[in-house]
Amino acid sequence: MEDMIFYDRLQFAFTITFHYIFPQLTMGLSLIIVFLKWKYLRSNVEKYNNAAKFLMKIFAINFTMGVVTGIPMEFQFGTNWAKFSELTGGIIGQTLAMEGMFSFFLESSFLALFIFGEKLMGQKLHFITGFLVFLGSWASGWFILATNAWMQHPVGYEILENGKFVLNNFGALFSNPWLLPAFLHNQMASVVTSSFVVAAIGAFYVLRNKQVEYGKLFLKIGVIFGLVSSLLVAFPTGDWNAKNVAKYQPAAFAAMEGIFETEHAGAEIVLIGQPNMVEKKLDNKIAVPNILSFLTYQEWDKQIIGMDKFKEEELPDNVPALYYSYHIMVGLGTIFIGVMLLAFFFLWRRKLYNLKPLLWTIMFLVPFPYIANITGWYTVELGRQPYLVYGLLKTSDGISPTVSSGNTLFTLLGFVALYMLLGLLFLVLVGKTINEGPNSKTH
Amino acid sequence: MEIFWFIAIAIVLVMFFILDGYDFGAGIIHLFFAKKEKDKEVITKSAGLFWDSNEVWLVAAGGMLFMAFPTFYASVFSGFYLPLIIVLWLIIFRAIGLEFRGQFKYRMWKDIWDKSFGVSSLLLALFFGIALGNIVRGVNLGIVKTGVSAHEPHYFFLPLWDSSFSPLSQNPGIIDWFTIIIGLISVVTLAIHGANWIILKTNASINNKLKSVIFKLNILLTLLTIFSIVVWQIVNPNSLDNFINKPYLLVFPLIYFTGLLGTFFIRRIQKDSHAFLLSSLLILGGITSSLASLFPVLLPSINNVNPSLTIYNTTTSEYGLSVALVWGIIGFILLFGYMIIQKRLLKGKIDKMDYGH
Repeated sequence: MEDMIFYDRLQFAFTITFHYIFPQLTMGLSLIIVFLKWKYLRSNVEKYNNAAKFLMKIFAINFTMGVVTGIPMEFQFGTNWAKFSELTGGIIGQTLAMEGMFSFFLESSFLALFIFGEKLMGQKLHFITGFLVFLGSWASGWFILATNAWMQHPVGYEILENGKFVLNNFGALFSNPWLLPAFLHNQMASVVTSSFVVAAIGAFYVLRNKQVEYGKLFLKIGVIFGLVSSLLVAFPTGDWNAKNVAKYQPAAFAAMEGIFETEHAGAEIVLIGQPNMVEKKLDNKIAVPNILSFLTYQEWDKQIIGMDKFKEEELPDNVPALYYSYHIMVGLGTIFIGVMLLAFFFLWRRKLYNLKPLLWTIMFLVPFPYIANITGWYTVELGRQPYLVYGLLKTSDGISPTVSSGNTLFTLLGFVALYMLLGLLFLVLVGKTINEGPNSKTH
Repeated sequence: MEIFWFIAIAIVLVMFFILDGYDFGAGIIHLFFAKKEKDKEVITKSAGLFWDSNEVWLVAAGGMLFMAFPTFYASVFSGFYLPLIIVLWLIIFRAIGLEFRGQFKYRMWKDIWDKSFGVSSLLLALFFGIALGNIVRGVNLGIVKTGVSAHEPHYFFLPLWDSSFSPLSQNPGIIDWFTIIIGLISVVTLAIHGANWIILKTNASINNKLKSVIFKLNILLTLLTIFSIVVWQIVNPNSLDNFINKPYLLVFPLIYFTGLLGTFFIRRIQKDSHAFLLSSLLILGGITSSLASLFPVLLPSINNVNPSLTIYNTTTSEYGLSVALVWGIIGFILLFGYMIIQKRLLKGKIDKMDYGH
């Protein structure tokens, strides 16, 4: 039984982590592409159109990867988490089915038109198809997060005698207080990722001294979008989410922040420290007093409940993993703001393009928004444990009753092998596209 | 309300097999008949342009099943665990074959992805047919051993095959001689459909030859169909009851046989779109006849202890189904709308089209 849960969780964690690499780029990138297309419509400068089409190639590779790794996600609810599907399908089936019908369809129908249809339909229509692709990808995020929000903070349900959750208020699914902040935070984070990617491509061109015209354009767009989005990720959206966790999942909040003991006269914010689960304290702690109380409740001396006030089984089952995920996300987010502020300052002073160390930094930071996004996702998912539906349905009660751990291990290994191949292909293809650049006439 | 959702899901499934069916079929034809580079290229393009928007119908069907019949979704997806996961892997191989073949000009690179696209299309067509075979045959629900269920009555787990390979054994596996017949029917039908699509959408040099291929495949399909109807009676003796009690359901087999007979005149059919329509009728008729013979059962139980899964005992609340009806109708209009816009804008032969690159 223990094995079964472990392999099921590992498989879901692995497949969704790999999947999430792709939509987080496509969601943000579609915004930048629409922006470039709009600039082109207004100015008629060919450069913007070429830049948009070039980014679209990267988008398309990502989109394919997102689709082929996304279809397994829907299947896995049934294959590996059958009991969960049976009990909650009447509710999260709504949001997942809507995702398929309203957003995925929009995105994939118009993507083909956007890529192949420019000459068939003229610039205005082409812009509109691009905009619809953007709309589809963001709507997709909305429905997926609505699903997740329900698992984090269940609303609009009733539980029947046979244990099934059934919907009794459809509107509640979308007015879930968990949803909007989570959605905005997530979308801003995806804009951060794509801005860093675009800026890094720009930095690469400028440093290599090829396609310099486009390099400068990408740097400029990447830095401006990156600065705005990384600020918005922290405030107000990140802050709003943290408050939500404190309100709806206090045990998870205490674990995230590393608060072992309730402090009555205002809680400190932990910058660095390692959770020591044996002695129930943080080792090597560096903390600033009272800040956490202020950030959470806008009162310097407000009490924050620590892990000592919860029963063992109410606490997330892996406190260190949760604590580190959260701190890595916050730490990286802070670095992003710093780097983007600096880059923006030099952009404004017209020195950015010659500032090699900063360009190298931007280029090498590319993996980190991905890491920040993934650890952010882990934070919210680990915080929900040991529940699948917070407070109502235990993870251990959600797995498929007839699928043995051997089968799950076998399919997990299969996914690992297949996804390694996909990852390699992805890097080769994106690398090739970037190397050819927006000026290339091939394809 | 359950009946409405049953019909809605049936429509989405039929749409999926008609639309993605042609690119599965194109893959099968590609694997066996495309020898020249030019043909390989236009055939992959004729599938590659559309596969992702076709696959949405699968995602939509999955989502709707999940929402409307969660118990069925849970039971079937965990019960057919291994083949479903293999299907997922095949879908991935097929998609990357289609998308990435053209990225490099090397011979070997293209060969690898051509095979990946062709073989996984073939296997997927086979697997989907086998899946249908399993559904109409029924499974040992609850895994009954010596009169007692090993699990809750609606859960089961099927091995890939049982040593007897017989659909009549107590706990038949996923692959037995009956499901293989249905699998072959699926492969042949989709190959015909894919060939029609290639004729419709491309100017491949093999297009003239394909008509005689279709003719031969149609003879094979007719034989397989007759054979399957006979053995169907042995495997599931109740399978004709619905048609006898509600004769209007015979319209579905009639659609199938129209497609089957019509395809014999393939060489005389002037318009390529009419031929494509006939193979679409084959798919439409085949799926709807199978579903109609089961209705209202979704998955028959072959033991006497546990009841079959029906649209009534696997569903969710009336409220949930009725709200979903509202957005479902809007969704359907959009789905068909997008599809029509897309197919109209990208109409005509693939190889003559200017892609704007």
